[in-house]
Amino acid sequence: MTFKPKIVPLGDSAVLVQFGDEIELATNQRVRALANLIDVSSTSEIIETVPAYATLLVHYDPLILSYAQIKNYLLVKMAQVADNQARKPRRIEVPVRYGGESGDDLESVARHCQLQMEDVIRIHSEKIYTVFMMGFTPGFPYMGKLDDAIITPRLKTPRTRVPAGTVAIAGSQTGIYPIDSPGGWQLIGWTPLQLFSPESESPFLFSPGDEVKFIVEK
Amino acid sequence: MSLEVVDVSGLVTIQDSGRKGWRRFGVPTSGPMDAFAFRAANKLAGNPNECAVIEIGLSDATFQIMQDCVTAVAGVGYKLSIYIWEFPLWSSFFVRAGWKIRFNKTDDGMWAYLAVSGGIQTHPILGSRSTYLRGAFGGFEGRQLQAGDVIKTVSLSHSSPEIAARTLPEEARPVYTQNQTINVIMGPQANYLTDESIQTFLSSEYSISLTSDRMGYRLEGPALTHRDKTELISEGMTFGAIQVPSNGQPIVIMADGPSTGGYPKIGAVASADLPLLAQCVPNQSRIRFRETTVTKAQEKYRAVFEGLQKIVPDE
Repeated sequence: MTFKPKIVPLGDSAVLVQFGDEIELATNQRVRALANLIDVSSTSEIIETVPAYATLLVHYDPLILSYAQIKNYLLVKMAQVADNQARKPRRIEVPVRYGGESGDDLESVARHCQLQMEDVIRIHSEKIYTVFMMGFTPGFPYMGKLDDAIITPRLKTPRTRVPAGTVAIAGSQTGIYPIDSPGGWQLIGWTPLQLFSPESESPFLFSPGDEVKFIVEK
Repeated sequence: MSLEVVDVSGLVTIQDSGRKGWRRFGVPTSGPMDAFAFRAANKLAGNPNECAVIEIGLSDATFQIMQDCVTAVAGVGYKLSIYIWEFPLWSSFFVRAGWKIRFNKTDDGMWAYLAVSGGIQTHPILGSRSTYLRGAFGGFEGRQLQAGDVIKTVSLSHSSPEIAARTLPEEARPVYTQNQTINVIMGPQANYLTDESIQTFLSSEYSISLTSDRMGYRLEGPALTHRDKTELISEGMTFGAIQVPSNGQPIVIMADGPSTGGYPKIGAVASADLPLLAQCVPNQSRIRFRETTVTKAQEKYRAVFEGLQKIVPDE
């Protein structure tokens, strides 16, 4: 179903384009298509765009553009955007050591899903995920969607510290903690890959729209 | 050219105008808590708007200037002394090598900005010198300043004492008070809360919790009630967004706040009023929220910042 996007203000220096309210690949592709179109044609009037699951947030400078002007600009761009405008996805392979100390919740996830731990690992690593959006901490990819068989709610009480590289799941999403931070997701494994290298030419391992495949490391 | 941190007991960091273009990767902009005072300090020091300065927060701090230069200080909540004299804030000064600049905390505000002519010169990360404490990068080694730190400043080929001794007149500054009414643009998820809660939010007095920091100001006051869902799927956020988590106590996202979030946003603070809110002292200030429109908020924002431009023209 195509949902007619709505443009609403978030304060006086950002506007939110709402494409839907569900985690759906098709909706997310429309979000990223608009983000890409704005990025290639953007002038200094637009500070940056933040694509999320089903919305695009556009930050602008109210000393240069009024709300009416940014709204008109977005209406023009939305008329130009084609649904296939999203970039061709990159495929990134992520080696994971499942379970053990860094995957502390693997056992309770298996119990919750009434599966063996091996099944959770197999199901989690079989699917190719899409990076729907990034947020929370620098370089954190929100990926999905998980197979229904391993959907598990987030923890009741978040941990105060989750180490960098920890692979986790929550609801229908999976993610990787790029830096040591608090975290409320279920921890199932660990990857040696560095997701955020502030001094590097390309500081982030992932970008929104990437495809990700987890590879089981013994 | 440098300045030395002699003594600090508060939250003192290096901030420039913020880290732009990385929010889609989950990197907050950081930057000053009070963008008006930040910009005024740079203008008074003869600097471009985006120059890095020292943000002094929460408590006392003392710096020593290592060479003759022009500095400027703007902000609220401090008594300023340079060498042996007391000076008003919102002014620029010609400072001699070896002189000390002292900030003594008072209870009428939170943040002050020390700009040095030419700007602070630390190594930029992702295009910015702003400190992001949780990410432990930017500014000076990604951390708060400590006694003994030596901060590099730019070497100016000419000293320009003529820009010293300028003051931003009081009528050009916003009215900072601890009994503040803050304008809010409502939405985009105000409809996640009951009509009664919207009324409560716009008619009650709130204070700021002591657990607040550069990431967010937690409001204490009447709790708000969600109609049904207490969470949405994550989406972009902005400095000033007012989220309402499941406990019903609103949180205003501040400079180091995350770039995305999943709690309903009842609205966002008008940009012109963010400095006023930032300067409200936890547990002491009394805050009320008033609804405004985007158009009115943008007009006020332009008036405030263009006023600054007129009074302190570029060099």
